[in-house]
Amino acid sequence: MSVQAPIKPAPVAERTPRRIAFRQTRGNWDVKLSPYLYISPFFILFAITGLIPLVYTGYVSVHDWHLLRGQGDFVGFQNFIDVWNQPTFWLALRNTFSIFLLSSVPQVVTALLLAAVLNANIRAKTFWRMGVLLPYVVAPVAVGLIFSRLFGDQYGLINAILEILGMDQIAWHSDVIPSHIAIASMVNFRWTGYNTLIFLAAMQAIPKELYEAAIIDGAGRVRQFISITVPQLRATLIFIIVTATIGGLQIFDEPRVFDAAGTGGASKQWITVTMYLYDLGWGNQKNFGRASAVALILFFIIIVIGVINYAITRRISTAGPKKPGRIGNKTTFTTTRRTK
Amino acid sequence: MTSLPVIAQTSGVGAARSAARKRRRLAAGANRRPGWVTYAILGAVLLISIYPLYYTFLLASSDQLTISKTAIPSLIPGQHLLENLERILASDIPLLKGLINSTVVAVLQSLSVVIFSTLAGFSFAKLRFRGRGPLLVFVIATMAVPTQLGVIPLFVVMSNIGWSGKLVAVIVPGMVTAFGVFWMTQYLENALPYELIEAARVDGASMIQTFWNVALPAGRPAAAMLALFTFIGSWTNFFWPSIILTNQNPTLPMVVRQLQAGYFQDYSLIMSGVILSTIPLVVLFIFAGKQLVTGIMAGAVKG
Repeated sequence: MSVQAPIKPAPVAERTPRRIAFRQTRGNWDVKLSPYLYISPFFILFAITGLIPLVYTGYVSVHDWHLLRGQGDFVGFQNFIDVWNQPTFWLALRNTFSIFLLSSVPQVVTALLLAAVLNANIRAKTFWRMGVLLPYVVAPVAVGLIFSRLFGDQYGLINAILEILGMDQIAWHSDVIPSHIAIASMVNFRWTGYNTLIFLAAMQAIPKELYEAAIIDGAGRVRQFISITVPQLRATLIFIIVTATIGGLQIFDEPRVFDAAGTGGASKQWITVTMYLYDLGWGNQKNFGRASAVALILFFIIIVIGVINYAITRRISTAGPKKPGRIGNKTTFTTTRRTK
Repeated sequence: MTSLPVIAQTSGVGAARSAARKRRRLAAGANRRPGWVTYAILGAVLLISIYPLYYTFLLASSDQLTISKTAIPSLIPGQHLLENLERILASDIPLLKGLINSTVVAVLQSLSVVIFSTLAGFSFAKLRFRGRGPLLVFVIATMAVPTQLGVIPLFVVMSNIGWSGKLVAVIVPGMVTAFGVFWMTQYLENALPYELIEAARVDGASMIQTFWNVALPAGRPAAAMLALFTFIGSWTNFFWPSIILTNQNPTLPMVVRQLQAGYFQDYSLIMSGVILSTIPLVVLFIFAGKQLVTGIMAGAVKG
């Protein structure tokens, strides 16, 4: 690391007292203003592209607003009532929850178990870690296309294997639950490895002494996993579940490319809330007011689920040792890692 | 032995020894190499990771007839890969355009996220200023807000300023991330000693010179990871580009989507396109994946 002073202080003889004063003033301003200057790009850009739109969504949602015609009359909560009365909205909500549960639950469990396997003293650690992370670099759209072929109703690999095993073929693209399973499997394919590495990082921070004590007490591997590993991973569990919720409830890419039409199936078997939002705004209706209402409803659902998740995870893990940690933001990881 | 009669009587030399032996065995057990079952599980997982990609490659290298004959492709690639790639490049799907657009977006966003995040991270981690605490809490809180939900007003704004359909409309919203600021703050907090900053200041460096010559080099490992992370994120992003861009000026995920809609029956062609759009990132991953893995392991992050 090179630490150099690019500007050499001017020779003392040349300095006049006035110049020194000027330099000091300038230095003072430098110290006082610089921090704000450095953080301002984030705040300015985020305000323009993130925060204002989010607030503005509320404004659009109480207006009659068309994609091409633009802003219309103030209509109060009419858009919300309209959305509420649309059967498709409820279908989308049901599908979103179904896909979310089918993806996040197996994903977290698999990642946890896989992390435990990777946590053993294996050879070629980096190789295996990269192996589980590989799917993460494949775009969800590409994953969707590949898997929609793997789950093909007629020429699909999965159905062919089922047939060899003597089972009935499954109508992945027309039945409700099978289509949800297929879409959830795409999400799991891409994200399980990623979550595994996060769990693994947290596992390596668990003090070895805990395991040694458990072994002396006669605890087997399973017992160690349940009584030490899982409670110690509490903060990480909360974090992964909360982020999986935020991502899972907004799912769009995978169900959108599950078939060529991209509208969620012939009878909307796998339309999700975000797909519904997209359809309202940029589909036939071009109704931005209603689409904004859907966005806000989804936002509140995410918050509610997040709070419920948090409460449940906290309760489950109160069996574990209490640790100071500001749950809910990512600083928890540093606290976890510093635990000795 | 005669010198230790008391110990022998009270606790028993034999018991102490056997306890010590047991402890040694346990310590050795913790570092023991695992058996073949572990490797079998890992191998199976690796297969699941790789097979869908290999399957794509198998379809991309066969002709339509072979694909329609059997649902289970042989493990040996076919002979038609080059021919399929030529066909897809000659088609009306703007794959090359998508490749260029995605590269431009991903490179510019990675650069911008790294620079702005390091700047802000340096400020939050090492400089003292009024409102620092609340502002940092605000940054962290915004990580939980799904910005995707503001797409409608964002679309309205972009249309009004005439950016609709232009690449800049995709680039600008991704130029900063709360995650990036948080990540660099966390890293610089530990990696950049105050002594170094003071030394630079004493030497007469201005704030920005201190940042450039001290903070930026110190944050390089975390910045590399952040750059990779942002690159993957913007390369694979679909929702916002598909709203604001047109099919004539697409990013790669949009091209993949067009392939599906345009050539629904010809899977060898579709998969050739998927291969072309996926390979750049897979190559990047092979070369820089270790860095990414280390970064995720070090910070346990999610974007």
